[in-house]
Amino acid sequence: MNWITNYVRPRINSIFSRRETPENLWSKCDGCGTMLFHREISDNLNVCTSCGHHMNITPRDRFAALFDGGVYSEIEVPEPVADPLHFRDSKRYPDRMKAAQKATGEREAMLVGTGEIGRTPIVAAAQDFGFMGGSMGMYVGNAIIAAAEEAVRLGRPLVLFSAAGGARMQEGILSLMQMPRTTVAVQMLKEKRLPYIVVLTHPTTGGVTASYAMLGDVQIAEPGALICFAGPRVIEQTIREKLPEGFQTAEYLLEHGMLDRVTDRRRMRDELIVLTRMLMHMPPPTWGDLPPPGPEDRTRDDAPGAAEDGADGTAA
Amino acid sequence: MTHYLDFEKPLAEIEGKAEELRAMARENEEMDIEDEAAALDRKARELLQDLYTKLSPWRKCQVARHPDRPHCRDYVEALFTEFTALAGDRGFADDHAVMGGLARFDDMPVVVIGHEKGHDTQSRIHRNFGMARPEGYRKAVRLMEMADRFRLPVVTLIDTPGAYPGKGAEERGQSEAIARSTEKCLQIGVPLVSVVIGEGGSGGAVAFATANRVAMLEHSVYSVISPEGCASILWKDSEKMREAAEALRLTAQDLYGLGVCDRIIAEPLGGAHRDPQGTIASVGAAIAVMLKELSGKDGASLVEARRKKFLKIGSKGLAA
Repeated sequence: MNWITNYVRPRINSIFSRRETPENLWSKCDGCGTMLFHREISDNLNVCTSCGHHMNITPRDRFAALFDGGVYSEIEVPEPVADPLHFRDSKRYPDRMKAAQKATGEREAMLVGTGEIGRTPIVAAAQDFGFMGGSMGMYVGNAIIAAAEEAVRLGRPLVLFSAAGGARMQEGILSLMQMPRTTVAVQMLKEKRLPYIVVLTHPTTGGVTASYAMLGDVQIAEPGALICFAGPRVIEQTIREKLPEGFQTAEYLLEHGMLDRVTDRRRMRDELIVLTRMLMHMPPPTWGDLPPPGPEDRTRDDAPGAAEDGADGTAA
Repeated sequence: MTHYLDFEKPLAEIEGKAEELRAMARENEEMDIEDEAAALDRKARELLQDLYTKLSPWRKCQVARHPDRPHCRDYVEALFTEFTALAGDRGFADDHAVMGGLARFDDMPVVVIGHEKGHDTQSRIHRNFGMARPEGYRKAVRLMEMADRFRLPVVTLIDTPGAYPGKGAEERGQSEAIARSTEKCLQIGVPLVSVVIGEGGSGGAVAFATANRVAMLEHSVYSVISPEGCASILWKDSEKMREAAEALRLTAQDLYGLGVCDRIIAEPLGGAHRDPQGTIASVGAAIAVMLKELSGKDGASLVEARRKKFLKIGSKGLAA
């Protein structure tokens, strides 16, 4: 025991271990198996540069790319009662929550923000599949209600990115009750004639599809996304037959009349700008030459009101 | 013949013995078995009382799914007059898992909609075991719109394992159909009352039960997922349905505590299937009370009250 073993060695180790495990520097595309460099993927919004396969993207990364200059202000979501049923399977629900929070660095499975896209003010909500499968519990319900209320208050469209395995079983009936609750939120928008655009991303299933994710004025999906009520495995078990290739993918749903469009993530922002502006009776967008309203780089700025400035004299 | 559930086995034995004794006595005039048979009856009754006053959540699921339990059609036939079934979604087909139409309840014209499971093999297949396809929800939407237009209250009876997970159902937009039905429930400016008479299976139930008043029969259940489904996902073992049923809090009593259910309708001793007529009468009385509570309210305030009710759900959890 001396100062070298106690102090120097751990330090040295930590320096080396940091260098030796550059996590996720390379990752394999689930679609084509190509090894992709992390910066290459993130610059391409987590879409494979080789085959165009859409991988999951976190709500924060999505918002950073969606909002002008990556600037938006986060909308606070009323905190629901924690673990209302005292649910326990092999693990306690609060422990599962803590693990998910630690793994994602997020509080819950939905992020709500407001800001501008192509100088078009919107409210956006994005579900986080990385957080307990994006499951819809009371927090997600509260988030959608908060998003709708904010959209109504500001008179802005709501763009919602869905991604979830379904309802959160650990909240039992209270998760199921988010189906009517979020439907009320959608009605608030419709009554005020505010556009509600749903972007369905991989995967959107179960009670989420059977409520707010299917009630949009415009329904857009990302390519290849699985969108269904009952998953393919459940159906195969029930009807005991193999399902056709591509069953329940975005393209399949488009062909069956369940969606308006299937749009590549890299073109999604432009499309959302075009659609929201037309529905809001705004003039056509000005493309390309808009300086960002915030800082030059894409750093996040959560300061309230940061997205509201527009005082830099660059307004169109 | 009574259909006994697995936990009723001891009861089946006692009742079987009493039955045997009586059969013997019928053949042999001199035999006096009345005392003995009466003692067995008493014992059976005590056992029944004992079993049914402390039904575990899983046992409640079993009772809720009991094949002899009165189903939607039984209620419609007994509680409503002039029932005139109206069929079809006007787009694709008529779904036999959902029955609905115009009828009179205490002489008042209403629209009644419910899941029907069927009572024997043939009718169960015809009814698809009460698992609706998109056409069923779209038929319900059509009927609710009609009710709204003609200012008729809507009564829905919930009894479904869930929406049908099939290829065609998915292709024709099962999720969209459910979402629209829930949406329609929230839009109509007429009283909407629901009774969960058996199984309230997930989204398939919500689509009809987003009502001003939701009542549940004492041993009915209402859940986000079946205990078997939950067990296979969270416990990775579908045999853990007892644990899952416990954890999900799917009983009428739990849902009353959570504010999801507004009223519990008592069942006869030994469950609805032991006295269908008595159960149907209690459900009828509850529907009458709920409709009376809502009568005289204008459309806008009914819609507003329904919204508020659902927005408020979840503001409190179960007591520790």
